[in-house]
Amino acid sequence: MNSPLPAVASPRSLVIEGRARRLGDDINTDYIIASSRKKHSVDPHVLRQFLLEDLDPDFAGSVRDGDILVAGHNFGCGSAMEVAVTVVLAAGIRVVVAKSFARTYWRNAVNNGLLLITADTADTADTEAVPEGAPLSLRLAGAQATLHVGAEGAHVIACEPVPDVVLTIREAGGLVPYLRQHRQFLKPSRPGSVPGPITPQPL
Amino acid sequence: MTSLQPAATRGQTLAEKLLSRAAGEAVYADDLAICVPHGAMGTDGSIPMALDYFRDMQPEGDLPPPAFPERLVFALDHYGAPSGEQALRLQDRARSYAQTHGLCVFEVGEGIGHQLMLERGRVLPGQLVVGADSHAVSYGALNAFGSGIGSSDLAGIFQCGQLWLKVPGTLRIWLTGTLPAYASAKDVALTMARRLGVGGANYLALEFAGPGVATLDMDDRIVLANMSVEMGAKAGLFPFDACTADWLSANASVDPGRYTPVSADADASYVDTMTFDLSAVAPQVALPHRVDNVVDLADAGDTKIDIVYLGTCTGGRVKDYREALSVLHARGGVAPGVRLIVTPASEPVRAEMERNGMLAEFVALGAELQPPGCGSCCGTCGSIPADGQRVISTANRNFKGRMGNRHAQIFLASPLACATAAASGHLADPRDLVVTS
Repeated sequence: MNSPLPAVASPRSLVIEGRARRLGDDINTDYIIASSRKKHSVDPHVLRQFLLEDLDPDFAGSVRDGDILVAGHNFGCGSAMEVAVTVVLAAGIRVVVAKSFARTYWRNAVNNGLLLITADTADTADTEAVPEGAPLSLRLAGAQATLHVGAEGAHVIACEPVPDVVLTIREAGGLVPYLRQHRQFLKPSRPGSVPGPITPQPL
Repeated sequence: MTSLQPAATRGQTLAEKLLSRAAGEAVYADDLAICVPHGAMGTDGSIPMALDYFRDMQPEGDLPPPAFPERLVFALDHYGAPSGEQALRLQDRARSYAQTHGLCVFEVGEGIGHQLMLERGRVLPGQLVVGADSHAVSYGALNAFGSGIGSSDLAGIFQCGQLWLKVPGTLRIWLTGTLPAYASAKDVALTMARRLGVGGANYLALEFAGPGVATLDMDDRIVLANMSVEMGAKAGLFPFDACTADWLSANASVDPGRYTPVSADADASYVDTMTFDLSAVAPQVALPHRVDNVVDLADAGDTKIDIVYLGTCTGGRVKDYREALSVLHARGGVAPGVRLIVTPASEPVRAEMERNGMLAEFVALGAELQPPGCGSCCGTCGSIPADGQRVISTANRNFKGRMGNRHAQIFLASPLACATAAASGHLADPRDLVVTS
C-alpha cells in the first residue's frame, strides 16, 4: 500500500502540534530517500529507516511521530519520485513547512495528504528563526494557516493560504479517495467555461 | 475540420496555448486546468506505485484496464540485471500489467524512456505529454508541453485519462548569438542554473525564444528542455520550426500532417524575460553537490577525476559521443587510471554508433559500454562509484549519493569537458583542445 497513514483529518479547522525538525534549502527527493533505495522496495515502512540518510545518517532514528519538518526554499526538488512523500508520512511526519516547494513534490504531497505549508517569505519571522526541536502549533482555518512557535506559541509565522485544489483533494482524503468517489476530475467553473465532460483530443 | 485551439480572448504563451488545447478551453497562467494528456509515460521506477494507487481507486480493489490504453507508455529503463532481484520484481509488475492490457512497452535495454518517447513519435508538436519521471520536461524540445508527475497522478490518468494542472506563468529565455565550438547546450543549461539557481524557475514554464533558437539543433534543444527541471521549471518549451519538422521526419518518421504546432502570441504576457548570449557561453562545470554550484571550467582548478560518465537523457546522444571522441582522439586517448563509461541513451543511438564505427572507437580507447538505459545516473543500474571517487558526468544531477554512494563526488559538464577530463585525468578547460570538423 502506498498510503501509510490516513490523510490529515479533513475538517477545515484544526490545530496540529509537533516538534520542529530543521532542514535547509533545496532538500532534493534523493536526499529524502535515495533513488538507489527504492529499487529494493517501495514500501514506505521499509524505506523510513533511510529517511534523509545522505544528509544525516542519524536522522531516521531520531524522528518521533508527529514531528514537523521545517525547511527553507525549494523543498522536494529533483526527482518526481513519490516515495519521497510516502516515506515522510510513514515516519510519522504529517506536515512540512517550508519557504517554497518544488512542484512535483507539492503535487505528490497533495495527492497523499501530506500537508505542505508555505511560510510567507514576505514575513520577517520566517522559518529560519525556528529552533531545532521547538514545539510548534500549526493552526488551520479554512484556507488560512499560521505557525506558532515555542511553548507559548507567541512567535507567529504567517503562511500562504492553502489553494482550493489542495483543500478539495484534502477534504476527500487524498487523490485516491477523491477518484474512488468521483471517478474523474470535476471541471472547475470559470467565466465562459462550458460545464460538462472533457473531450479528449484525437492523437 | 474544427480548430484544435480553443478561442482565446487575449494573447497566450506557448504553455497557455498547449494547456488550452489539452483542457479543451482557453486557459491562462494561474488557472486550474483539467487536462487530457495526449500521452503519459511511466517507468519501472514509478509504475509499481502507480498500480497500487490505481487499485486503491477501485471500489472493488481490482486492477482494471486503464482509460485510453493507446496513450500510455511503460518504459523499463531504470532497472536491469545489475539492479537485483527485488528491482526486477517491481519491474515485472509493470511489464505484466502492460502485457495484460496491450500497452506500449519500452523494454530493458531499448533505452531511456524520454529519448524513446521522442524517437518513436510518441511526442508531437502541440501535445501535452506527461511522464512519471521529472525529466519528461525533455518533450518541450518538440513544441509539446512535457512535464513530470508522480505515481498517483499517473494512476489518475489510468483511471480517467485526466490530470489537473495549474497553468504556469512563463519565464521567457531570450537567446541571441551562436554557440562557440568549445561550448555546447549543456554549458548553456549550466549557465542558466548558475544565474537562476535550482529553484529559480519554480512553478514556471521556460519558453525559449529569440534569434539564437534557430542556431540550436534538436539535440541542443533536448538538453535545454531536459535541464529546465533542474531550475524547478514545470516545462521547458521550444517554438516549432524547420528543425523540429526535419527532426521528426528523419528520426521518428513522423509526417507533418500528423500534428499541429503552436506558437506564442506576440501579445502574450510573460513573468519576465532573461537574455542569454550564446556566443558568450564558456565551458561550465557544476561542482558537488548542487546543479547550480557552477563555475567556469577555467576557474575550477585541476581536481583529479576517477570516472568519466557519458550517458543519460541529458548527454547520451550521438552528437555527445562524437564531440567526446573528437577530444579523446586529439588528446591521445584516456589518461591512465581513469574509467570511461559509455551508456547510450537508446538502442537507436547505440546502433548508429555501431554503424558509424564510434562504438568501436570507444572500445579501442578502453571505454566500458553499458546497455542503453538510465544506467548509473541515479544509482539504480550499472556501475556505482566507490568511496572517495570523483565522477564527471554528462548527466543532469550531482546530488550527494545520486549515483548510489554518498561518499563519491559528482561533477556535471558537457561531453567536450567530460572528455577533456578523461584525457587529462583532471578537470580542465576544453577550450584549446576542441577539434572543429
